[in-house]
Amino acid sequence: MADHQAGHQAHAPQVHITPMWIYLGVFAALSVGTILTVVASRLDLGMWNTPIALIIATIKAVLVILFFMHAIHSTRLTWVVIIASFLWLGTMFVLTFADYLTRHWAIY
Amino acid sequence: MTTATPTLLDVRFGPGVRNYLNEDYGFFSWVLTKDHKRIAILYLISVSIMFVLGGFFAMMMRLELLTPEGDLLTSDTYNKFFTLHGVVMIFFFLIPVIPAVIGNFMLPIMLGAKDLAFPKLNLLSWYLYMIAALVGLVVIITGGVDTGWTFYTPFSTQYSNTHVFGTTFAGFIAGFSSILTGLNFIVTTHRMRAPGLTWYRLPLMVWALYATSIVILLATPVLAITLVMLMLERTIGVGIFDPALGGDPILYQHMFWFYSHPAVYIMILPAMGVASEVVAAFTRKKIFGYRFVAYSSLAIAFLGFLVWAHHMFVAGISMYSAMIFAFLSFFVAVPSAIKVFNWTATLYRASVSWQTPMMYILGFIGLFTIGGVTGLFLAALGLDIHVTDTYFVVAHFHYVMVGGTVMAYLAGIHYWWPKMTGRMYPEWWARLAALLVFVGFNLTFFPQFVLGYLGMPRRYHAYAPEFQVLNVLSTAGASVLAVGYVLPILYLVWSLKFGRPAGPNPWGAVGLEWTTTSPPPKENFHETPEVTWDAYDYPAMMKAMGETQNV
Amino acid sequence: MSAAPHEDAHGHHPFLQHHFEDLGQQHEASTLAMWGFLATEILFFGGVLMAYWVYRITYPEAWALGAAQQNWKLGAANTIVLIISSLTMALAVRNAQLARRMGVVTMLVLTLIFGSIFLGIKAYEYHAHWEEHLFPGASFQFAENPEQAPHVQLFMVFYWSMTGLHALHMIIGAGLLIWFIWRAWKNHFGPEYYGPVEVMGLYWHFVDIVWIFLFPFLYLIHGVHHG
Repeated sequence: MADHQAGHQAHAPQVHITPMWIYLGVFAALSVGTILTVVASRLDLGMWNTPIALIIATIKAVLVILFFMHAIHSTRLTWVVIIASFLWLGTMFVLTFADYLTRHWAIY
Repeated sequence: MTTATPTLLDVRFGPGVRNYLNEDYGFFSWVLTKDHKRIAILYLISVSIMFVLGGFFAMMMRLELLTPEGDLLTSDTYNKFFTLHGVVMIFFFLIPVIPAVIGNFMLPIMLGAKDLAFPKLNLLSWYLYMIAALVGLVVIITGGVDTGWTFYTPFSTQYSNTHVFGTTFAGFIAGFSSILTGLNFIVTTHRMRAPGLTWYRLPLMVWALYATSIVILLATPVLAITLVMLMLERTIGVGIFDPALGGDPILYQHMFWFYSHPAVYIMILPAMGVASEVVAAFTRKKIFGYRFVAYSSLAIAFLGFLVWAHHMFVAGISMYSAMIFAFLSFFVAVPSAIKVFNWTATLYRASVSWQTPMMYILGFIGLFTIGGVTGLFLAALGLDIHVTDTYFVVAHFHYVMVGGTVMAYLAGIHYWWPKMTGRMYPEWWARLAALLVFVGFNLTFFPQFVLGYLGMPRRYHAYAPEFQVLNVLSTAGASVLAVGYVLPILYLVWSLKFGRPAGPNPWGAVGLEWTTTSPPPKENFHETPEVTWDAYDYPAMMKAMGETQNV
Repeated sequence: MSAAPHEDAHGHHPFLQHHFEDLGQQHEASTLAMWGFLATEILFFGGVLMAYWVYRITYPEAWALGAAQQNWKLGAANTIVLIISSLTMALAVRNAQLARRMGVVTMLVLTLIFGSIFLGIKAYEYHAHWEEHLFPGASFQFAENPEQAPHVQLFMVFYWSMTGLHALHMIIGAGLLIWFIWRAWKNHFGPEYYGPVEVMGLYWHFVDIVWIFLFPFLYLIHGVHHG
């Protein structure tokens, strides 16, 4: 008897029930993060305003991905897809900015 | 089971032989099909029509270029023709052709699956292609577009009086067709392989289509957003590339080429997959360095994303980023070269069978190498300044796209024709056509390397008189090439009714597709296959099958 | 109300598609496909975000001026609204896994409600911007700082296109939610078959994440205080 196809594990979907407190905790964290980001933007933090806003937004996004989107319980392949997309996006940013940030370095 | 009354299809394929072609009849059974094989045939027909359309524009251009004066077409019309030649050939032929025709048909069978993961999305993909093609046709009929297939701003956004919106909208829709195909292929390859079919037992065609699908998934959306921004600017009059607002036209080029460079790997990777299949089948050997060839597909997919601004060396990017991109562009040649070395090593001391698919692939290997190497010429900053926007570039990309992708596609069509249709094509005519294609192609495009080096610019309908001889040679070659392309259309259609019926494995090749009937049944296999052999494992396959060749 | 669908005597679940071996394979395929689609969306939005950042570092003053034109209170409210809708969406998936039919329906309906509140607030903002001549094109006016006006208009092109694309995704999501509410009402979902709800959730959370970035980018650029 042939065993099941290469490439998939379970006969039925894997069910991992995330406890309520995690969902509510993430919700609370996201709300706090929103308040923080508004407050930080009203303060004059010099060159740190932008990085702080980015960091808070990134943390919020990571929480949503890990817990609301269940990435923390997902397959390695899912992780590869997530990481690869951001890596590719990052590449696009980095190499494009390599042009813009070096345009004023002309010797002549 | 056959229907009670024998029909023409039954007569062709023999009574009692139920397959995906005679499974069901009628227009709606095709247009509403979810069978990946039928969708592949639908694509085959549409893509072929678009190829002829793109070829028409090319013929007109080459006719104009017989004489140095612009005497056949006005400059505006010529601009429209080279634009439409590019748009049609790239978005409606080269990008979809091998994945949508050969990939759609063969991928599930090569994986031992009944269909792709999402048959309805597959059909949607074809519908989107057809809608995009229809929009494109309307654009052509109502006046065309003259910006070049690259739609550079601000000409495309502010100054062109042609159908920029329509064309970019068609491209936008075609992009989604492509994305759905890529998504389907990735999921199917990961989740629907037959028992025993581990990654390293997969045919190299599957690796190639998988790598292509990754590129499709990650590159095409950037084109989509770029075209959306372009369309917005055309409609509301201001946009993010508008210099009057402080916008940067070069930003458009960065975003455009972020897709359009990986796009060329979408075009060539599947062709390389076909090459591996055909080389293995017609040398009856395992591909030398299987894992290197497999990994090189992934490497090309990855590295291909790091080089896009080599299309922009003279556009106004910083000198330093130009150096970075030039350096990276040299790297991307390495995995391609690895493939060429491995195919060559497979051919070494092999008993080569000179049938039509092999003729095309041998041509492919040589012509792709020339095209690839001239890409290195262009990657070299100093040389690029001299030849950019000349016919040197035109020759380079035609060598890889036509000498490469189109020849590999023709190889694949001939190789898998018996499987898809249950018929053999006429070998003598096919070899003649292959020869005409090879000779015609080189006569068309080799002079263009010289022309470019001598300084003839591209996208001009008039040129300096000293370039005429080479242009005449090129046009003569194009005529021969055209004959070479028309012949397969004729004899392949002929073979549907009069070709010799083919058995399950006319080439005696190793592969899951050769274990099922020609044409396959709707569900591909009567029983789910279980794979216990390596790819191209001829000795093991002989033992399992008990026979060598079945024509 | 029928019981949630189960495999019948032939081991055949009514929502198992025939080219799949079993529900597990189907579930894995559909979630992988949605993640793959979200990858394309990351690159799609990422493209225009990159363009935004190129100009932000080129025209920092205009960008701050542009952000100052936005109503940060409404933006913040909308952010919270979307976060709540993400919570309800996640709970809808949880309820499907637990075969709680009314729980799924309730949570999906709440998600739709909060999504609609977001769109309503957005519509209000758009109207206000239109009245203030902040729509790019012939009607654009920025008397406050004529020198920066062209670049502020450029910022507004980004504001309208980025939030517009986001809103379009929300509208599509809302439409899908309506369909899922109907399916949940018909009791289609359970622990063997909750994939569609999960996949809907993935899409919805992604749209939320886009907004999580758009809010600080378009509303909270420090530099100029507005009132």
